[in-house]
Amino acid sequence: MGENMDKLDVIIIGSGPGGYVAAIRAGQLGLKTALIEKDKDLGGTCLNIGCIPSKALLTSSDHFVFAKKEAAKHGILLDNPRVDLSTMQKRKDKVVKALTGGVRQLMKTNKVMVLEGMGTITAPGKVSVKSSSGETQEIETKNIVIATGSVPIELPSAKFDGKTIVSSTEALCFEEAPKKFLVIGAGAIGLELGSVWNRLGSEVTILEFLPRIALGFDLELSNLLQRALTSQGIKFHLETKVTGVKVENGRAVATATKANETLTFEADRVLVSVGRRPFSEGLGAEKVGVEFDEKKRIKVDKHFRTNVKGIFAIGDVIAGPMLAHKAEDEGIACIENIAGKSGHVNYDAIPGIIYTNPELAGVGITEDQAKEKGMNVRVGKFPFRANGRALANEDVEGVVKFIADAKTDRILGAHILQHTASELIAEPASVIEFGGSSEDLGRTTHSHPTLSEAVKEAALAVEKRALHIMNR
Amino acid sequence: MSVQVKIPAVGESISSGIVSVWHKKSGEQVKKGDPLFTLETDKVSTEIVAEADGVLRTKANEGQEVKIGEVVAEIEESAAPAAADQKKEPAPPVAAAAERGQPESPRSSGATELSPAVRRIVEEEKLDASKISGTGKGGRITKGDALAAAQNRAAAGPEEMQATAVVETLEAVESLASPAKDGRVVRKRMSPLRRKIAQQLVMAQNTAAILTTFNECDMSEVQALRAYAQEQFTKKNGVKLGLMSFFVKATVEALKAVPVINGRIEGDDFIQNNFYDIGVAVGTERGLVVPVVRDADKKSFAELERDIADYAKKAREGKLKIEELQGGTFTISNGGVYGSLMATPILNPPQSGILGMHKIMERPIAVKGAVMVRPMMYLALSYDHRLIDGKEAVTFLIKVKEGIEKPKTLPIDF
Repeated sequence: MGENMDKLDVIIIGSGPGGYVAAIRAGQLGLKTALIEKDKDLGGTCLNIGCIPSKALLTSSDHFVFAKKEAAKHGILLDNPRVDLSTMQKRKDKVVKALTGGVRQLMKTNKVMVLEGMGTITAPGKVSVKSSSGETQEIETKNIVIATGSVPIELPSAKFDGKTIVSSTEALCFEEAPKKFLVIGAGAIGLELGSVWNRLGSEVTILEFLPRIALGFDLELSNLLQRALTSQGIKFHLETKVTGVKVENGRAVATATKANETLTFEADRVLVSVGRRPFSEGLGAEKVGVEFDEKKRIKVDKHFRTNVKGIFAIGDVIAGPMLAHKAEDEGIACIENIAGKSGHVNYDAIPGIIYTNPELAGVGITEDQAKEKGMNVRVGKFPFRANGRALANEDVEGVVKFIADAKTDRILGAHILQHTASELIAEPASVIEFGGSSEDLGRTTHSHPTLSEAVKEAALAVEKRALHIMNR
Repeated sequence: MSVQVKIPAVGESISSGIVSVWHKKSGEQVKKGDPLFTLETDKVSTEIVAEADGVLRTKANEGQEVKIGEVVAEIEESAAPAAADQKKEPAPPVAAAAERGQPESPRSSGATELSPAVRRIVEEEKLDASKISGTGKGGRITKGDALAAAQNRAAAGPEEMQATAVVETLEAVESLASPAKDGRVVRKRMSPLRRKIAQQLVMAQNTAAILTTFNECDMSEVQALRAYAQEQFTKKNGVKLGLMSFFVKATVEALKAVPVINGRIEGDDFIQNNFYDIGVAVGTERGLVVPVVRDADKKSFAELERDIADYAKKAREGKLKIEELQGGTFTISNGGVYGSLMATPILNPPQSGILGMHKIMERPIAVKGAVMVRPMMYLALSYDHRLIDGKEAVTFLIKVKEGIEKPKTLPIDF
């Protein structure tokens, strides 16, 4: 018994949203828990160099666009609004600090031991932590949760140099808006950061290998988003394969092929945002025999167990969409399983969002996926231009779309394009989680006047009984 | 302190009933175990007894339709000494139809737990939400579940809704046209049993491809055998040797020879029953009921006669239990008791065959070149042509005929 006194119940490696939320849950359940983080600040990519800082900049730059272009429509006259980028960046840093500090506080409240250093699994039940000062300590634990997240994928033809060819990390910290900003990859990160710098004055060009932007989102709404962003001044080149990026005197020249044609793009900065890869190597996992899949993701079962007893993995380091909220819910479910409870993640009800303006949000299957699979579905759509609140807000761009099973009416997918789509998507996600039907949502009272009424109307449109549009 | 008298769950697929008679009046003192009222459902009628001593306060009128779980009365336990340990919600009163260890407790606040779409469907389709199994999160009922339940019910009685609609329309028109106070026309709601029968029959007609084949049998041998063995049989077994046991036995033998008739269709599958639970139609004042003689192949003539006599008695007294009416594999209907000479019985779904017995009548027939007068009975087999072909049906009926005409070929055990 003396031996076990010091033994931890669980060590979590990585303090991103997956890891720190798992730690909180473990603390709530009374598990003796340690959280290991290699960086000085807790919170991982999401809080430090991902979701949160990007949203800070997106909101700030959106306000700027409002001041410059929208305010006058409301009768608010502003003379020559300008951007003080350093203040904008400082505000972003303050937001990040408030949150990472908050996470540290949460660890204290939940009696989670926080260890700074690189965590490495030396054996099942043993983790060594090497601090930045070079000291190493070995800790014993009953369970290990790998929550080390992911890192940006580098293109061999455009290696990161941290200055001209950058990842999202650096693109969040520019001290001035690049004159010409080239983005490789039209996924969430590329579109968001492209938007930020486009709003702040850059000439933005986005290259995408696929014939569409925003892969994984509803195709129709993605196309609408592309149109909106184009009208905001972003240039898109789809089906364009980047073959190389050369940097000379701090300026980049990218070469690409598009339908057998060779294109060149000059840019002051190039963002490579072609995806992220799991951060799964160098953790000792492979040494203790943990299995990986072909994409170097750690293989787990539905209880997040790896093939090695006592070793679990969650978040970006395992299969599935690389999303903070997915990692969080996996963290909770994983810890609950460790604690002998029943934790579960419903992968059919995980929303995904691109925080452009308009925002693109989706949960469940898309219309194009349903068609591809030959599923028998019904689709209901409602445009925000028929919504009173959207008109009052002078914010009518966008549409809500539902995909429902033709027979049972169960909602299989919901997709929203609108300035506040990220908030509106929560309702359909909840209804999907409960196996609800479009009729369920359509028969739920929604406040008037709100944008959420458009969600209800789109649900009604599935059964062709939307109220404020023609039902065809 | 008062105890609520609720409509108990009397069996699967029963969601409502009618309080047909109050045996005690409101305000009357009742004792635990006293029969309070008769509950008539579409399958059985049953007496509900008091769960406590006290004064009865009825809340439902005779003839009122009530749902499972509905409170129809309260018993005020004025000065009952046992009041202290009486729970607010007593276990459902033990009905004549006792559940087989699976008390169906209706969800307490059903309606409020339902999602809006499910609530609508349950109300429109008059479903019992407590009987729908939910596939949603935490066992919740999804719209798909409710639609499936409605559809299943519709499949069980597609005419019901339509019929209701028609009746309602007629009602409206008629009440406008003539108040019908002269008594030339009397409108009365059909009893649940009658409605159920109506529903079942129409469903059978709509679902199966019903075809009837006929034959006739000479009853001389059976009658001779019965006359010969009657006295001893009755003395030994306390029950008369009737005709039915012969027909049940002959049927079982014929089913063994043509097993497909003992099967049924389920979706796209064929289910072969390798047991012989034979339904025996019994007429009652309220309508026809079909209690099921279990494992008829394993029962002796005496056991069969006793079972059938028991059922007939229970049916007349309205005491048949739900489970006694369920799960038959084949049915025998004897229209002969009312004098029918020939008829085409309707299947009892999901069964695939029904044997119709008829009146025994002396008729001249040709036997070995001579005209003889013999006690003859026409036999009818209605069968589901989806599953059974004419050859099989005819073979079956000939097997029955042979069993009856040569009863010694049956497994006689008396």
